[in-house]
Amino acid sequence: MTTVDSTTGDRIAADRAASAPPVRPHSAERRWVGQSIRRVEDPKFLRGRGGYIADRITPGTLHAAVLRSPHPHARITGFDVAAAQAAPGVHAVITGAQAAQLCDPMPDFGPDPTRHTWRCLAAEKVRYVGEGVAVVVADSRYLAEDALELIEVGYEPLPAVVDPERALDAGVPLVHEALESNCAYERSFDFGDVDRDFAEADLVIRDRLRWHRSGGQPLETVGAIADYDPGTGGFVIETNTLSFTSYLFMVAAALKVPVNRLDIRPAPAGGSFGSKLFANKPAVIAAMCARATGRKVAYIEDRVDNISNCDHHGSDRLYDVELAVMRDGTMRGIKIDTIDDYGAYIQFGVGHHGNALAQVTGPYTIGSVRYRVRAALTNKNQQGAYRGFGSEVNNWMLEQMVDKAARELDLDPAAIRRKNFIRQFPYYIPTGNVYDSGDYDKVLDKALELADYEHWRAEQKRLREQGRYIGIGLISAQERSVFSATEFWFWFDEPAAPVTSTPESVSLKVDTTGGITAILYSCAFWGNSPETMVAQFVAEEFDCDPYDVAVVYHGSGDGLPATGPGGSRTTVMLAGAVEGAAGKIKAKARRAAAHLLEIDEDDLEWADGGFGVRGDPERRKTLGEIAIMLHLFKHSFPADMTSGLDESQVYDHPWTTMPSADRKDLGVFYPFMGHACHIPVVEVDIETGAVTFLHYAAVHDCGTLVNPRSLAGHIVGGTAQGIGTALYEEFVYDTDGQLLSSSYLDYLIPTAMEVPELAIGHVETPSPYTPHGVKGGGEGGRMMAPAAINTAVNDALAPLGVRLTELPMTPERILTALRASRKKG
Amino acid sequence: MTAISVTVNGRPHTAQVEPRRLLVDFLREDLGLVGTHIGCEHGVCGTCTVLLDGRSIRSCITLAVQADGAEISTVEGLADGAELHPLQDEFSEKQGLQCGYCTPGMLMRASEILAGNPDPSPAEVREAIASNLCRCTGYQFIVEAVLGAAERMRAEKETAS
Repeated sequence: MTTVDSTTGDRIAADRAASAPPVRPHSAERRWVGQSIRRVEDPKFLRGRGGYIADRITPGTLHAAVLRSPHPHARITGFDVAAAQAAPGVHAVITGAQAAQLCDPMPDFGPDPTRHTWRCLAAEKVRYVGEGVAVVVADSRYLAEDALELIEVGYEPLPAVVDPERALDAGVPLVHEALESNCAYERSFDFGDVDRDFAEADLVIRDRLRWHRSGGQPLETVGAIADYDPGTGGFVIETNTLSFTSYLFMVAAALKVPVNRLDIRPAPAGGSFGSKLFANKPAVIAAMCARATGRKVAYIEDRVDNISNCDHHGSDRLYDVELAVMRDGTMRGIKIDTIDDYGAYIQFGVGHHGNALAQVTGPYTIGSVRYRVRAALTNKNQQGAYRGFGSEVNNWMLEQMVDKAARELDLDPAAIRRKNFIRQFPYYIPTGNVYDSGDYDKVLDKALELADYEHWRAEQKRLREQGRYIGIGLISAQERSVFSATEFWFWFDEPAAPVTSTPESVSLKVDTTGGITAILYSCAFWGNSPETMVAQFVAEEFDCDPYDVAVVYHGSGDGLPATGPGGSRTTVMLAGAVEGAAGKIKAKARRAAAHLLEIDEDDLEWADGGFGVRGDPERRKTLGEIAIMLHLFKHSFPADMTSGLDESQVYDHPWTTMPSADRKDLGVFYPFMGHACHIPVVEVDIETGAVTFLHYAAVHDCGTLVNPRSLAGHIVGGTAQGIGTALYEEFVYDTDGQLLSSSYLDYLIPTAMEVPELAIGHVETPSPYTPHGVKGGGEGGRMMAPAAINTAVNDALAPLGVRLTELPMTPERILTALRASRKKG
Repeated sequence: MTAISVTVNGRPHTAQVEPRRLLVDFLREDLGLVGTHIGCEHGVCGTCTVLLDGRSIRSCITLAVQADGAEISTVEGLADGAELHPLQDEFSEKQGLQCGYCTPGMLMRASEILAGNPDPSPAEVREAIASNLCRCTGYQFIVEAVLGAAERMRAEKETAS
């Protein structure tokens, strides 16, 4: 890969052209892809037979409960566990110090894992309120929790580091002494000619923006049931995170067993939204307890565990941003300086910022970017994944800047966006990532129409005269899909855990009756619709009824390479894997049919569930007829044909390239680019600070639709979460490091009364590079809603000279801003 | 231990339970009715909703002994054998579920709503289901499903009479 440099521009173009996958012809004739069929997953869930992790606990299983630290930061001076060990029904008490002997540190993609070491239980000191310090294993959860209260832990409290900016100062207490700093990582990248663009700009728009931490908070917590076989030294673990065949080695290392002694079997998850991504700690704790007791052990987090000790809080960023613009609204360059409060550990490194760099300039032709990130460590639960993985934060930041630029230049919010839209594809943004296709004008047009934009502008004016504050928000933003793992490590010149392959595999088995079973690897059911997606793709390939396709979630033991859901990749990757496996099945079936019909293979064509003779369609063999022959009468076929009819496809990421050595070009890592426009209409009550929705239009373009209703579900559901992020949800740590919102009384998840009915529109701009032209859309409305709602609130309060720059926009923050403005005014 | 007698989905049960045993654990672990799920464990989210003598309760903050002598209805009792209850069928038709975890509680709450008001407006359904959190759907298709089920149940009732 060459670097971005004007003298080598032609070479870059040639390299890029060579790296692009072939453009696919997409058939417009599709029978199943594009249909809003009922989900094949649903019948069991509707009957209460979902088989979630807690439903799988069998009689005789022991239960584990974790003792959590009440201190944000303290040295552990000792334990007295005698009373707990003697308590009724207790089988074992394991302290953090003992756990450090039994297990190696947790899997960690962070910058320097040996210096910010993360373990399943804290060993020497606790670093946040809620961190586990000991685990009790007992006959029941009740008895385990009884015994927790009998454990005495000696703590020597240390001053807590809470404010991320202060955390970076010299002389503050250190979260990890070995790191000698609370800055776990710092780097600044330049893409394009930033200095020239700023020098030539008519105007530089500046702002300081603050996004506080929230999280996925699925209604089901993370849990695991572990069984240990002392005969083989192997574990079988059921869990509602992934089975991750491709990353299994890291979990095996934590448990100090060879990879082939670990079989992780996925249970359906009662929601994840990212927060169950690689959530291994419960599995490691359960496995450690199973090995220590010789019994099957279940560890299911309770709600306080899942809020305070889940390792999956979302982004927590402070931004200083400058946007270089011309008088006509053209955006030239952007300087982004961000501090991200990672909490006490940093398991995914700054992958969240890698993610943001995939679409850092949004749908706009911004030509240069300076991106500086500092990862602060503080005494809080660590960050993990939450729907958007940092890109939703970038969308919000960028759109607030565009919004501010429009106000300062007195431009219509739609007009300034149109002025800067990318209209030629594939388009390489300054970071080196590519956008495969898009039609942003079309999405905007449709959204304006759905929103009844002119009507609401008139209403806004009319109601303003009545003393009401109506705001119309408008944002156009990206929805990258199908991640490549380079985003985790291009930050490091010598990455600790470099991985570039993010494959997904599917096996298809055709049984003796022609019935098809699809086997998925590393894939858990997460509330997305992998079974429906696969069933629709298989039905499309084989002309069968999607409800006749059986779908099996394979465990990691002898599993094929796979990465599992994340980064809106599942549908595209499963489509590719199904296509590949189906092609192999059809090739074998064609050869078998040709043999059975005594005709040349080339004279056969696939039609209506079988191979028929071209021009003589009555002479045909159905897939079932071929399958039973292949299963039972192998010797009727040429010697080199084997029995059975099953094939697998390992589908590798279809378009990813390596970053340049100097990191001026990060390569292609998130190429299938969705897009959306959200237009919410809100009313702000300036007496109470409450925000209510009067209307909400959302138009998404995720390429070819597979199941429009399912995608609409992601749009509405993601928007509901975005409403939470924008207005209500925050993990609040006070200045001493105590977590104030550790229950749903304080951590406010939107109910049906806070979420409006959405007017939803779809635009379909197929990807030229994926099967059927599909792009991912699983992160849905949460990529857009926080940005959109912020612009709406600011539009409502603009007459008062008030602009909110901090999320969530709670009534308190809105009233504080209004008071400050009155004082100033 | 305390002796209790409860009727669950029409079937009588007697059991000895600890006074502190939560109703949700009694249903899930002692009776094996794992369709009632545990969400927040402090009575906010409604995931564990069951009907006690026809009224919705949070089974995560109700003791099993409090259910002594009561009739409990859970999601397992909704379908008539192979035939789904109209609410279940409409949840499927309208995709009123994604991960399915809040669904049993939401279905039980919805059945209570329609028992009390067979012809609710969309706004009434929204307000009534605000007792239960759903993290996946944003509620829109749940509202549609409840309204769809209400319509079907009214039609069925008319046909029957």
